[in-house]
Amino acid sequence: VRNHVVVLSSVSCANGVVDGIGREVSGVKAVTHIEGCGRGFTDVALATRTLVGVLRHPNVYGALAVGLGCEVIKAAGLVQQAADCGKPLEFLEIQETGGTLRSIATGAGIVRPMVAAAAGQAREAADFEELMLAMECGGSDSLSGLTANPCIGKVSDWLVGQGGRVIMSEITEFIGAEAKVAAHCDSPDVRERMMALLADQRRRVKDSLGPLAHLVIAPGNAEGGLSSIEEKSMGSFAKAGSTMIRQVVEYAERPTARGLVVMNTPGSDVFSMTGKIAAGAQILLFSTGRGSPAGSPLVPVVKIASNTRLFERMPDDMDFDAGRAVAGCSLDELGAELRDLVVEVANGRPTKPELTRTELFAINSTSEPF
Amino acid sequence: VSVRNAVVIHPDDNVATVLVAIDKGATVVWDTPPGVVAQEPIPAGHKVALTTIAPAQPILKYGQPIGVASQPIAVGQHVHTHNLTGQEV
Repeated sequence: VRNHVVVLSSVSCANGVVDGIGREVSGVKAVTHIEGCGRGFTDVALATRTLVGVLRHPNVYGALAVGLGCEVIKAAGLVQQAADCGKPLEFLEIQETGGTLRSIATGAGIVRPMVAAAAGQAREAADFEELMLAMECGGSDSLSGLTANPCIGKVSDWLVGQGGRVIMSEITEFIGAEAKVAAHCDSPDVRERMMALLADQRRRVKDSLGPLAHLVIAPGNAEGGLSSIEEKSMGSFAKAGSTMIRQVVEYAERPTARGLVVMNTPGSDVFSMTGKIAAGAQILLFSTGRGSPAGSPLVPVVKIASNTRLFERMPDDMDFDAGRAVAGCSLDELGAELRDLVVEVANGRPTKPELTRTELFAINSTSEPF
Repeated sequence: VSVRNAVVIHPDDNVATVLVAIDKGATVVWDTPPGVVAQEPIPAGHKVALTTIAPAQPILKYGQPIGVASQPIAVGQHVHTHNLTGQEV
């Protein structure tokens, strides 16, 4: 649904060069992050999977991976692992190229022709079954579960009916809704995996917050009227719509099943968004009640306001007013309207975070760097 | 006739979610009148009790328990973290 040329850091030490190329060449997406060396095997594998996922992403025409030279996750290795997708992928190493300024100049020379070639491509029609949506909520309020999330659930039901894929995640926000989540699982296998993830997430929240664990809802959530994690979770899970969970995947792992899929990500938005996008989600539906401006360098993020006040107060950040659901519009009507917007976005209409260039990217990790 | 200013999501629910800030003494109205009279100010987006709820009884929203009452709650009272205890994580 997009055709970006990406410049990607393989390690945080390359961020200066990647940003430099981004400034030098208009029309490229510079994607940086803070991962690098000093990580255990699990996190190296997770970061590698995420970065390879960026290179393979259907919204990416071609890419340049930039490494330093002495790092664990090599730019050449990333390109090699994504090579079978047949798109223009190049790499360079800063130490080999002769430092920052030479690398910026060399890199700019590599991506300029890619930008020109990408711009020359015509948009092609595709079936909805090729579409993969991701769902996210951030900065929820007590209306999120009444308006924006069920509205997203309607769009999810529609795409699943078309044979497409929809990823939801943020396991933290399933805590307290276990019974409802279990009832949504398609098979005993999926249920077992889902419940194991939930138990694990509960333990991690408890380990980090101790006796305050039940207050895992952010201060803004409570001010907005959410009183408990189960209240927040019930509202969050309304995004699932009425179809069953077909598969549970790891962070940044591409789903093989069609239909509704759950990914193991934290509730923290940017980490969570990045995992689903790296798995190949082409558009992300993001509900917010308090007003999150978060977007992505790789995919259009559709910002769905849970209340009309927010839609009117942050017009540069919000794409859709789901608050109308409490002013007489039915969820079916609003769901159909949101679906039409998603189709327009798939056909090229820019979303608000694309217009404000709010392009956030962060890779999850399971432990501290050493 | 009062204007609708709240939502009850599920018929089993014992709380309503108010859409605007409600003053003490004002009537909270959802789909079906007459509604309930607010015993205290209810901030926008917060919950108000529709029935008397005894300590340890479940607070129901979405037709599901979202916690239990930590003290007696009267009809029209604000329901939030001060009188609702969520489950332990």
